[in-house]
Amino acid sequence: MSRVVRVASGQGFWGDWLEAPIRQVEGGPIDYLMMDYLAEVTMSIMQKQRARDPALGYARDFVPLMERVLPDAVASNVRIVSNAGGVNPRACADGVLEAAGRAGCEDGVRVGIVTGDDILDRIDELLAAGHPLANLDTGESLLAVRDRVQSANAYLGAWPVVDALRRGANVIVTGRVTDTGLTLAPLAHEFGWARDAWDRLAAGTVAGHINECGAQSTGGNCLVDWETIPDLANPGYPIVEAAEDGSFVVTKHPGTGGRVSVAGVTEQLLYEMGDPANYITPDCVVDFTSIRLDQAGPDRVAVTGVRGRPDTDSLKVSISYLYGYKAVGTLVYAWPDALAKAQKADQVVRERLRRLGLEYEQILTEFVGVNATHGRLAGPPDPNIAEVQFRIGVRSRERGPVERFSREIAPLILNGPPSATGFAGGRPKVEAIVAYWPALIPKSEIRPEIEILEP
Amino acid sequence: MGVKQRRKPERATGTRRVLLLHLAHARSGDKGDTANVGVIALRPEYYPILVKQLTVRRVAAHFRGMIEGKVERFELPNLHALNFLLHGALGGGGTLSLKTDAQGKVLSTAMLRMEVDVPEDLRVG
Repeated sequence: MSRVVRVASGQGFWGDWLEAPIRQVEGGPIDYLMMDYLAEVTMSIMQKQRARDPALGYARDFVPLMERVLPDAVASNVRIVSNAGGVNPRACADGVLEAAGRAGCEDGVRVGIVTGDDILDRIDELLAAGHPLANLDTGESLLAVRDRVQSANAYLGAWPVVDALRRGANVIVTGRVTDTGLTLAPLAHEFGWARDAWDRLAAGTVAGHINECGAQSTGGNCLVDWETIPDLANPGYPIVEAAEDGSFVVTKHPGTGGRVSVAGVTEQLLYEMGDPANYITPDCVVDFTSIRLDQAGPDRVAVTGVRGRPDTDSLKVSISYLYGYKAVGTLVYAWPDALAKAQKADQVVRERLRRLGLEYEQILTEFVGVNATHGRLAGPPDPNIAEVQFRIGVRSRERGPVERFSREIAPLILNGPPSATGFAGGRPKVEAIVAYWPALIPKSEIRPEIEILEP
Repeated sequence: MGVKQRRKPERATGTRRVLLLHLAHARSGDKGDTANVGVIALRPEYYPILVKQLTVRRVAAHFRGMIEGKVERFELPNLHALNFLLHGALGGGGTLSLKTDAQGKVLSTAMLRMEVDVPEDLRVG
């Protein structure tokens, strides 16, 4: 019997189900719990929070969760790896230590901190050194938006996390470590995988891709036979059971809901996929066309055959910058002629904005119930449709026009087409748009740092 | 390269036309202003039909007016799946988008509204 290492997924994004990590630790044996908190624009939200309060800037949900999870995790030797640290891993780590104290298990907790991803203070230095940080989509130099940059973080891979595990940390909080690295690191550490064991690193990365969206690989958001998927009120989150050669089984705890099937795992493998033969991470390049899936038993999918290639010389950098403002307003129109009334409301709002001399980069109208998700593909609606939601959004580089727009929805209830309702939410909220700027930087410019906090 | 007609391709004799929904399932997501739609055959024997019928040209025609950029296609025969990239599909993408489906989460099922020709005797569903 070859040794198996079990890495469980506890969160797929900041906002995921709060019960999931607790159930992963309590529901059966696992070795590691990974928790992914960071999406493309999350770092900018955290940067804004830290600017207001230097003690913030990380996924705050993580700390109360640790208070609940740590006593069991420490007792059963489960180590936790998370990128909850956001733009302030140190504050997050302090929060974890305090939570451990409140839970009465601080003696068993060694917190590891992985940083070095945050290059916000180095942007000018890097630009001066000849790194354009050009937008990967448009090719434009970062100079175009330099004065509006809110955050800049290089994606670190698994190896700094492996270092923290080697140094004995059992709760690791990181800044921008890749989602996949959070699963790969425990496997590389446990099995002592070499830095050029490309197929194994690729397999661990695929395991990470399956773990990184929580229950989306165990029956959540799964289209195949969705109405027969058991107990979605208590979905089991994925657990990867990996062997030294990189092969692994995706499963979930017994007695939980959801379903682990080839269909569901395949859907997750394709989620947010670009060129499947060239899935680039800081650790390796994975060929997703090499993956073999087999149903190995009920709620068990075996993953084998994964091939990988050497890593590239650069790291992706996630930069965010202040773009402008937007707001979205909605009203519901009831039968009869629900769609015609909603269409009239749209004409009225647009005409009023025009007469006010307001201009926008974009005005978008959708009729929810008719065309909001599938556009013209949905075909003509039932002429007797019970209700239609009129949904109109505007975007501008300036705040003023968006602010004025936000006052143009409510008046329609009394001075527009009849049968309008559904305005409980009040005026549309004017939101600042923080946009995403993906770029590359040579690996040699980024120096990951590891710190271990003793209890 | 598959279908030559621009619109409403003629149906070959001995075939019938079915909704892609009955041959495949799908999941979609976003990367900036690009949506990806993974289309997965419900049975391995459907995969060659998908390869032949879901050409870049037909998928682009399906989404005409709904996306601003080009369509790319990648094959994953090991998973009986095709991955499509729909560029300029998300109204600016990420936080810029004003769309309900700003992350392209349900372009998956929009794709499954396509119609494809299958052999008359093919068992479907």
